[in-house]
Amino acid sequence: MNRTQRRSWRGIPAAPQDPSKPRLTTSAMIASLAGADQRTSPAPFGRALVELGRTRPEVLGLTADLAKYTDLHIFAQAHPDRFYQMGMAEQLLMLAAAGLAHEGFVPFVTTYAAFASRRTFDFISQGIAEEGLPVKICCALPGLTTGYGPSHQATEDVAIFRGMPDLTIVDPCDALDIEQAVPAIAAHDGPVYMRLLRGNVPLVLDEYDYRFELGRAKRLRDGGEVLIISSGFMTMRALEVAKRLEADRIGAAVLHVPTIKPLDEATILAEAGRTGRMVVVAENHSVIGGLGEAVATLLLRSGVIPPRFRQVALPDAFLDAGALPTLHDRYGISAEAMSANIKGWLG
Amino acid sequence: MEAPSAVRANAPGLEERAYRIRRNALRMGEVQGQGYIAQALGIADVLAVSYFHALRYRPEDPHWEGRDRFLLSIGHYAIALYAVLIEAGVIPETELETYGTDDSRLPMSGMASYTPGMEISGGSLGIGLGIAVGMALGLKRKRSDRFVYNLMSDGELDEGPIWEAAMSAGHHKLDNLICVVDVNRMQADGVSTGVLNFEPLQDKWQAFGWFVQRVDGNDTAALVAAFDAARHHAAPQPRVIICDTRMAKGVPFLEAREKSHFLRVEAHEWAEAIKALDDGRTA
Repeated sequence: MNRTQRRSWRGIPAAPQDPSKPRLTTSAMIASLAGADQRTSPAPFGRALVELGRTRPEVLGLTADLAKYTDLHIFAQAHPDRFYQMGMAEQLLMLAAAGLAHEGFVPFVTTYAAFASRRTFDFISQGIAEEGLPVKICCALPGLTTGYGPSHQATEDVAIFRGMPDLTIVDPCDALDIEQAVPAIAAHDGPVYMRLLRGNVPLVLDEYDYRFELGRAKRLRDGGEVLIISSGFMTMRALEVAKRLEADRIGAAVLHVPTIKPLDEATILAEAGRTGRMVVVAENHSVIGGLGEAVATLLLRSGVIPPRFRQVALPDAFLDAGALPTLHDRYGISAEAMSANIKGWLG
Repeated sequence: MEAPSAVRANAPGLEERAYRIRRNALRMGEVQGQGYIAQALGIADVLAVSYFHALRYRPEDPHWEGRDRFLLSIGHYAIALYAVLIEAGVIPETELETYGTDDSRLPMSGMASYTPGMEISGGSLGIGLGIAVGMALGLKRKRSDRFVYNLMSDGELDEGPIWEAAMSAGHHKLDNLICVVDVNRMQADGVSTGVLNFEPLQDKWQAFGWFVQRVDGNDTAALVAAFDAARHHAAPQPRVIICDTRMAKGVPFLEAREKSHFLRVEAHEWAEAIKALDDGRTA
C-alpha cells in the first residue's frame, strides 16, 4: 500500500455499502473460535497447568499483566505462591523466567503472541534459548484470532520464532491438544513456544484416535485426492473441509502437525510421498515463514514432489480489523473459503 | 571460598589482587593485540573486592548451590572476569594464552556454556539485571540466603529492560540483589553522558526503590565499605553500588587515550604496559 492509499483510510466507506447485509461486530479482544453448536472445554491451558502443578512443585506461572487473558489466572488461584505478576514488561518477563530457570524452576510464561515474538525476541534468544533453559512461553492470540488489527494479530510469530535455534514450537488444535501438550512441553528439557487458545476452546480431537506427542505429526483421517497438512485450529477447519469434500466424493486426508519445530519429517515425507495426491498446507499464519514453507522446503530437499502444492494461509499483509468470521472468510481460512479454494485447485 | 580470603593470614591484600587481575588482563589482551582492556583495568578493583571480600564460592565447584551468583551482564568485559576467575583459581592460569583463540574456553564475549564461573551469556546488553531479578526470586523460593550480584556498565543504562528490571526489583523488595554499575563514562560512540545522559543516577535508582551508594570504584577501601553496607543493609529493598571508575586505571599512558572503548595497543606497548603497571604497584 502506498502512502496515498493509506491516506484514503483503506478505502472503507463511512456507511455500509449494502444496508441489507448485517455487519458483524468485532466483539471482545479474544473471541471464541467455536461455532454456535460446537462442543467446547473451558480454559484447557489453565486447568492443565493447575493439574501439572500438583505433582511438580518446580512449575511456576509468570505473566505480563495478561493472566486473565491467557487462562493463567486459574493457576494463580490454585497455586498463588507460585504465580508471579511481572507487570506489563515483556522483556523483563522473559529475563526473569530465565533467572528462575537458572535456579531450577520450570516457568510457564504467558502474554500475547504478538508481544512475545515481536518485542521480546532477543530476550528469549539470548536469555533463554542460547542457554537451553526450560522456559515454556505460552501465548494467546496467535495468527488471526483477534479482530483488533495488526497490533494484536501475530500473523508472523512462527516465521519469527522458526529462526531461533533450539526453540521447540507447538501449535495445538483444540482443548484436548492443549491439555495433553502442557505436561509434554513441561517434560521437555528446553525452551518451548506454544500458541495458545483460551476461554471456551473447541473440542474436536476426542472424536479421533489421537494423542498429543511432542515432535510427532498424526494422521487423523485418510483420503485419496488431497492431503491437508495442518497445525493449530486449522486442523479443526481441515477436518470440517474434509467432511464437506467427502460429500462431493473427494477424498481428503488430514495430517495434524502440532509440533512445527522440530518438524516430524519422516511422517510428512511418508504421507506426501504417496503418489497422486495434491498437498495443501493449512495454517493460521502468514504465507511467509510458517508451516507451509517448512513443508515445502522439506519436500523439495527430499525430492518428494507432489503433483500440486498449495497453501491455505494468511496473506503477507497487515490485516484488517473486524469480526473474526468476516476476516477468516476474507483471508481464506474459514472452512467455506478453504473448501471452495481446494475444489478450485482440483479443477 | 566461604570465608573472605582477604582476612586470612598471608593472603594477598585486595590491592595485590587487583594488580594481578590487571596483569592477567594485559597478558590476555596481548594475545589478541587489542580489546576491552581499558574496561578490564578500570573494573579490576571492583572485581578484587567482589571475589576476595564479598562473594561466597568454591573455586573447584563453580556450580555449588551455596555460592553467591555473580552475573556479567556486560559480556564484552569477559576479559576482566577471566582475569579474576584465574586469580580465584576457578580457571587455570595456563588457559590465559588461549584468550579469544579458536576452541578456547575464554571467548571474547562471555558465555555461560564456555567458561566455568560464567553464570550467564551476557553481551546483548541490558539482559543481566532482568535475569538477576528472576534468580533473586528463585533464591527466595528456595529460602536461600545467598546474593545475586549483577555487574553492568553505564552504557547499559541506555537499555529499556534495565528499568523494567529496576522497577520489578523494587516492587518485589529483592533485598538479595546487589547491582554494581561501572560508570567509566565511555561507550562505543563516545562519552556515555554525551551519548545518552543518565544523570542524575542516584536519584533514578532511589526513585525505583533501591538502596543507593556511589563510590570511587578504584578505591578498594571505599568498595569494601560499600559492599559491606549493601550486604548488611536492613531495609527490604534491592541495592545498587554505583562505581565511578577510570578507564585503563593503572597504566597511565593508556589512561590518557581518548578512544578507549576498544583499545588498540601496538605489539611493543604490551611490555611497556605491564612495566607501567608494575611501577605503580602498591603492594
